[in-house]
Amino acid sequence: MADALLELDDLAVHYQVGSRFQGGVKALKAVDGITLDVKPGECLGLVGESGCGKSTLALAIMGLVAPTRGVIRLEGRALGARPDRMETARTVQMVFQDPYASLNPRQTVRRTLADPLRLHGVGDKAEIEARVADMMARVGLRPEHADRYPHEFSGGQRQRIGIARALILRPKLVICDEPVSALDVSIRAQIINLLMELKDELGLAYIVISHDLGVVEHVSDRVAVMYLGRIVERGGWREIFENPRHPYTRALIAAIPDPFRRSAATADRKARGEIASALDPPPGCHFHPRCPLRADVCATQAPALEPIADGHLAACHFRDRTG
Amino acid sequence: MTTPLLEVRDLRIALDAGGRSHDAVGNVSFSIGRGETFGLVGESGCGKSITALSIMGLLRSPLSLAGGAIALDGREIQDLPAADMRRLRGKRIAMIFQEPMTALNPLSPVGRQIAEMFVLHERASWKEAWERAEDALRQVRVPSPERRVHDYPHQLSGGMRQRVMIAIALACGPDLLVADEPTTALDVTVQAEIVDLMAELCAAKGTAVLMISHDLGLVANMCERVAVMYAGRIVESQAADAIFAHPRHPYTQGLIGSLPLLSARSRHGRQKLREISGVVPSIVAYPPGCRFNPRCPAMTDICARDVPMAESLPDGGLVRCHHHG
Repeated sequence: MADALLELDDLAVHYQVGSRFQGGVKALKAVDGITLDVKPGECLGLVGESGCGKSTLALAIMGLVAPTRGVIRLEGRALGARPDRMETARTVQMVFQDPYASLNPRQTVRRTLADPLRLHGVGDKAEIEARVADMMARVGLRPEHADRYPHEFSGGQRQRIGIARALILRPKLVICDEPVSALDVSIRAQIINLLMELKDELGLAYIVISHDLGVVEHVSDRVAVMYLGRIVERGGWREIFENPRHPYTRALIAAIPDPFRRSAATADRKARGEIASALDPPPGCHFHPRCPLRADVCATQAPALEPIADGHLAACHFRDRTG
Repeated sequence: MTTPLLEVRDLRIALDAGGRSHDAVGNVSFSIGRGETFGLVGESGCGKSITALSIMGLLRSPLSLAGGAIALDGREIQDLPAADMRRLRGKRIAMIFQEPMTALNPLSPVGRQIAEMFVLHERASWKEAWERAEDALRQVRVPSPERRVHDYPHQLSGGMRQRVMIAIALACGPDLLVADEPTTALDVTVQAEIVDLMAELCAAKGTAVLMISHDLGLVANMCERVAVMYAGRIVESQAADAIFAHPRHPYTQGLIGSLPLLSARSRHGRQKLREISGVVPSIVAYPPGCRFNPRCPAMTDICARDVPMAESLPDGGLVRCHHHG
């Protein structure tokens, strides 16, 4: 797989939490053994609920938290224990969920976009100016707004600034962490369409992290579903949405209220109870206490992520059951 | 025609800011029958939450009721003295909020917060009230309620806290439950459980529900009738099935068309999402005429000049648009 842009090999990030004096130090296994790759120009959807480790995974790829185990390879080169942030930043960038919190309120749009260029050695003023203007046009911001501050923009426009900032260094991979969930419903389509256009124009690869399965289905080429630090299923978008094999994937799909599909038909697929704490995940398959298919084996043995068909894998003892 | 449980007539809410009074909500009229579930949908700032607060008598400065009537069982309640309103709240109309952590008292065990309802509204003794609180927790399917009654809110997960909120709200068997984005703060699989629980308990007790949400899918599944709000006005209301099958107002049409719906790509391939252009207007600068006109694909001269009147639809709904489909 030499052509992969990003490769994760058995990646794990464990946090030490608690104190030696109060109940002892525990390992929180936020990401626990993830193998995954993203090819150039591809969009990988990453789905999961709170505590599943998707944001930690993003931070690890960005080089912002150190892996406890495993390897991250960007364009074939392994990131070391203390990766060079500058180098990583030229390849991987991130768009954050909250465009209100992720922009510096005291910097104009021009400065927000020009600073990364200067930091990365683009010295020529005219070139900086041209690239800032070009990027603003690409994301649909008016060039005369370059000297405005974030508070002068609406939520949707702020997210456009966030996208421009992520793209200004011409990265190859952009991690979009819940890119539309903080926006008004009537604005979301604009931003999703923009992301898809930019992907085609600039040949970008995306990792789109979202709990909104409608968004994930719309944008993804491949999808990975995470639950409590592990990938429980991954495959092409069609396999995941049309033929999901892990009961958790089915429960997620069944839980989405859809105006054109009443919930009664999917009641038997829903998950019971609540997500366990990542500090103290259930033994065996982490999902077993909530699973409609659980059997004795699920509480004792963690199922491995194994293939069902070419490129479609699920970590379930009953992955061959289609119902 | 029988008297509806709740009737809101021509509700107006004013927002005072910068020495001026702004028209935050106006011409809002709807009614909810006994045991009916009614959804109020809209984006942030459209006035749906303050409409709910006005029904609860909980509008506080800088918001105030500027006109209209709110009638419960035919009796107007908008001008009731505070003490009378307090007796009504919790007993006949109850509310659950989006964020259970901020709505619950962090310094009081959840059992006490439920028990309080029976003491205040039904003159129960504290001893009896605690026992009933345990039952109430059992009804909302909190595991081991006998232990959980003594827990403080921070010891519970988000889903469990929202169950406690539901237990408090339904404790005295209210006629109307106002649910303001009750599951927005929760994970999707937990959201599905909480919605099912709410629907089931309300159906069993015959409680009517006013559900406030930005999530069209959720409201479609839960409610019999739906009203869509935009910039302080109801722009359309119809039966839930009808509004999704045949939305009449361009805003509703735009919202439904802009959603990336599950399995749409399987059926039709990936298509560019339909966008609603522009942004939600600010309350201090609502456009004249129809407030949706700057964003509307069907906009003509009249839209920027005249406010459209609510027009009744043959099957009982209404739409507020000069060019409705």
